Amino acid sequence: MSLCDHCGQREAVIHLTQIVDNTVTTQHLCESCAADKGVDTVAQVAKHPLGDFLASLGEGAAGGAAGAAAGEALACPQCGATLLDFRQTGRLGCAHCYLTFEAPLRDLLRRVHGNTQHQGERYRAPGSAPGAEGTDGGAAGPEIGALRDRLRRAVEAEDFEEAARLRDAIRGLE
Amino acid sequence: MIDLSLVPDGGLSWLDGSGPQAHIVLSTRIRLARNVERLAFATRGGAEDRARVLGLVDAAWRDSPLGKGSVRFLLDDLDGADRLLLHERHLISRELTEAPSAREGGSGAAVFLSGSTGVMVNEEDHLRLQTLRSGLALPQAYAEVEQLDAALGGAVPFAFHPEFGYLTACPTNAGTGLRASVLIHLPGLVLTKEIAKVLQGLTQVGLTFRGLYGEGSEVVGNFFQLSNQTTLGKSEAELLDHLGKIVRQVVAYEEQARQVLLRDAPTVLADKVWRAYGLLRYARSLTFEETMNLLSGVRLGAGLNLIPGVSVYTLNKLLIFTQPAHLAAFEPPVPGDPEAGSARAGYVRRLLDEEAARSAQARRPAS
Ligand SMILES: [Zn+2]
Ligand SMILES: [Zn+2]
Repeated sequence: MSLCDHCGQREAVIHLTQIVDNTVTTQHLCESCAADKGVDTVAQVAKHPLGDFLASLGEGAAGGAAGAAAGEALACPQCGATLLDFRQTGRLGCAHCYLTFEAPLRDLLRRVHGNTQHQGERYRAPGSAPGAEGTDGGAAGPEIGALRDRLRRAVEAEDFEEAARLRDAIRGLE
Repeated sequence: MIDLSLVPDGGLSWLDGSGPQAHIVLSTRIRLARNVERLAFATRGGAEDRARVLGLVDAAWRDSPLGKGSVRFLLDDLDGADRLLLHERHLISRELTEAPSAREGGSGAAVFLSGSTGVMVNEEDHLRLQTLRSGLALPQAYAEVEQLDAALGGAVPFAFHPEFGYLTACPTNAGTGLRASVLIHLPGLVLTKEIAKVLQGLTQVGLTFRGLYGEGSEVVGNFFQLSNQTTLGKSEAELLDHLGKIVRQVVAYEEQARQVLLRDAPTVLADKVWRAYGLLRYARSLTFEETMNLLSGVRLGAGLNLIPGVSVYTLNKLLIFTQPAHLAAFEPPVPGDPEAGSARAGYVRRLLDEEAARSAQARRPAS
């Protein structure tokens, strides 16, 4: 994470390219210094959702200070990292963190990548059972079952956004 | 000092400028981020975890098709100058040049190299597979790195999730873990003041750009690195196709801009590129940044055949070997030259003199 060229305090989220005397310079600015310089930041900020998201983690996005405190207290059973650690470093502690903090991370991944379903190469770790895929003993079979359960519940609750996502996830597994 | 001659081609085969569009696109780089399952990521794990990762990759690399005749550098064994040398050659990231030695109990940071293909270990992610190619060569570079991925991933269990794909320390790399970047020279667009528009367009189609040395680096010498912004939700082929398509478009814009300059300002243009050449050929002291900017001018002149007899290879070589760690390693120091400005100018002069002599030889009719 690089710091603002101007104040050196906050994370640089705006990358401003200017041409002066036929030389291209890029300035890396935080949101507030960019605003001071009169740069329209709205569009660009949306393109740097990580810093945005990390900042919002501390603001009790999960419903007030109590919600934030509860969220930050949850530690990954495998590596001990908390969301607060993630907020401070911008890095997760281990692969299992993706399961521990699944809901907020899915939200983040959607904001960063516009999507959460991996479409690239599939991978099966050496020595794992045929058909099994993924980490933490996540065999595809039972996982699909669990997802179908959640899909059924989502449809019943008329949460169609969640349902569409689960359908994609199941399709990805099949 | 480390012996870079141990690295096949010194990791510099891409300098020959043999790749497609090499007059405008210097190099293509692809890297894949991978982590070993059940071990804490390198920034959080202890020395024991990092040593285990290193051991696993070491064994897998030796058994891979690239293992034979390759070389391994342990970062803990290298001093600052050696690390910088590898970084200036684009063989290790800035992150590996800095942090690891401060970690307690050994960093476990290493780089395995077979020419310009290799793997960094215990960087931000446990493994960063990467390859570097001359010109615009995305499919070729991907084929190379994918083969290495299959070999290593077949021996070391990678962290993978059915929905999120390959799991990485920073969520911005999750999914494919693939970052493809193309180093491109755009003086025409800068001189015609079209560059801001083009760069802005890039961010709107999901690409990012930065300077010559990656994350956060300044743009010098009109060299830009264009790369994919997102890594999840599109297949590797889609990500590469998209980047390739946009880069070819940028190359076309650049060529157009050069033609506009030739048509509308031929004298100004010729003067500019020859001044750059003159300064490089005769100056007695040069800063690194000045050298980059002058090399940009000469590269433009050579590309338009305004300056004959200067090869892409020589220009590429000058870009790499005029950097501080390279000068310190390979050029004799000049007394009273703390910033190595004289040493740099001396090196540039020698290479351009040699190139001029070669080209004069070639023009002389055979007797
Ligand atoms: Zn600031
Ligand atoms: Zn964890």
